[in-house]
Amino acid sequence: MLAKTDDDRRIRVGLFRKVVASPEIGALVGAAVVFIFFSLISPDVFPNIVGLSRVLDPAATLGIMAVAVGLLMIGGEFDLSSGVMTGTTGLLVGLLAVHAGVNLWVAIVISFAFAMLVGFVNGYMVVKTKLPSFIITLATFFVFRGVNVGVTRLVTNQVRVAGIDTIPGFELARTLFDTEFQFAGATFRTSLIWWIVIALIASWILLRTKVGSWIFAVGGNPDAARASGVPVKAVKIGLFMTTAGAAWLVGMMTAFRLRSALSSQGVGQEFVFIIAAVIGGCRLTGGYGSVIGASIGAMIFGITRVGITFAGWDTDWFFSFLGIMLLVAVLLNTYTQKKAAEVHTPKAPPEPEPVRSHPESPS
Amino acid sequence: MNEPIIQLKHISKQFGTVIALRGISTEIYTGEVTCLLGDNGAGKSTLIKILSGFHRPTEGEYLFQGKPTSFASPREALAAGIATVYQDLAMVPLMSIWRNFFLGSEPEIGRGPFRRYDIAFAKRTVKEELGKMGIFIRDPEQPVGTMSGGERQSLAIARAVYHGAKVLILDEPTAALGVKQAGVVLKYVVQAKARGLGVIFISHNPHHAFVVGDRFVILRRGRIYGAWHKEGLDRDVLVRAMSGSEELDALKHELDEFARRDVQK
Repeated sequence: MLAKTDDDRRIRVGLFRKVVASPEIGALVGAAVVFIFFSLISPDVFPNIVGLSRVLDPAATLGIMAVAVGLLMIGGEFDLSSGVMTGTTGLLVGLLAVHAGVNLWVAIVISFAFAMLVGFVNGYMVVKTKLPSFIITLATFFVFRGVNVGVTRLVTNQVRVAGIDTIPGFELARTLFDTEFQFAGATFRTSLIWWIVIALIASWILLRTKVGSWIFAVGGNPDAARASGVPVKAVKIGLFMTTAGAAWLVGMMTAFRLRSALSSQGVGQEFVFIIAAVIGGCRLTGGYGSVIGASIGAMIFGITRVGITFAGWDTDWFFSFLGIMLLVAVLLNTYTQKKAAEVHTPKAPPEPEPVRSHPESPS
Repeated sequence: MNEPIIQLKHISKQFGTVIALRGISTEIYTGEVTCLLGDNGAGKSTLIKILSGFHRPTEGEYLFQGKPTSFASPREALAAGIATVYQDLAMVPLMSIWRNFFLGSEPEIGRGPFRRYDIAFAKRTVKEELGKMGIFIRDPEQPVGTMSGGERQSLAIARAVYHGAKVLILDEPTAALGVKQAGVVLKYVVQAKARGLGVIFISHNPHHAFVVGDRFVILRRGRIYGAWHKEGLDRDVLVRAMSGSEELDALKHELDEFARRDVQK
């Protein structure tokens, strides 16, 4: 018989199992381990408020991207153009405002609209061609990688757009996107506030709205989602646009912070975003994950980067460290997901051999 | 006899040079289980895909509640009240029971930007609705992937019934199940019928079909081979009609086996 109220085949789900089965747990443990590790190595400079502010600085912009990329991954897709787009959007503002004389705010809005368009095209091509998003966005990535350098050199004869800080309105834009502020004796940046707000909103949408359910569904089983009436294509395109939008935001932050836009900005970063999301428990094939986890993944990145600097090690080793972290995270998450699926299915006793093949026969 | 909820008139479907269906005419009534039987490749899948809005017929008329209809998508058919429970169940295994149950028609509370999923309602309703079908779940957070085949099938049926389906299309719901679990699912099929739904039960197992069916339509090679009412119908007739004449001898032997075992019991 099927489950009754007291099915003895069901084991009780303990708190421990529930905690182990949550997608963020791997990232949380990882963050703690890395933090303790670097605290032991540099006990004087690392575990204090200044150390924290240093960690949160790179973590913030990465975290914003990891949240968007994490949502996209839960929705079952990749975006390899997300890194280069943080450069393209900044360059566009610089070129428009510095070299074409467009009002700064208009340039910022145009850049946003452009990012939305790129996100839409990425998503549209993926849902229309049904090709892996890995390939589609790899193409987008290379197109913009070339465009960024090509157009910048054509207009400025350099590989960067300088002088963004000479445009009227720069100070306000910098305050809005990425400026410093003092808190508890340490220097933080406004990008941190953006990150926290975005992570909380994204998590709320993912876990508490119907769109969140749709994101899990289109990543977990797109056919089922479609059959249930979920607008699969719209959800996927929306996720690509969200990722491009996040890249625009980070592009603005970077451009206004550096006061110039580099044509090589963001290239290679797309993998770091994906790593942060994966460390945070997002399943590579979609349908499972958490944006809070992705944010913790970004924290691990920040801790590692700053920790290596503080420890006085050669920063060349940073990427090797990141690679190992990724591998450990994937193994841990695979194990976690297996455990999550196992929680309710202890081995069922074998079905007794049926005597008759049709249940309605008279006995 | 009441009006048929679905009427098919001379439906044909061609895929390129392949004629999948030819001149299919039949009716579906509410409060009845119509069994669609046929061997692999008989055209069962194509027919249910036409019924559920995935495909449009190349020729012929599809009347729903008396009106000619052409569903542009499964979503439209679903909105009109034609729910299909597919063999692969249209469930997201990694997602919880309550999220799956309400997927595509999530209950919401709140206004404007604070509009959100009514999670408490969803969890409570799932428990109640499954309870009505005799399935008791301890934790609606449980991923659907951890349920047994029969439980999942029943969940899919409960979901369709709850969301106001008028016609329930079940694609081989018992195919992958053990005898006991198949029995449970068959019970829910009868329950759905008792609730006044028109049930279309696709199967290639005449024994399962015979238990729950009121009318039987056998497809063979894209055509209707025969249609029967349950009254006075012998199971052997159904089984015989299901298979080609060349296999009859082998089947006869098998049937005798069944009959002998029934007598022994």
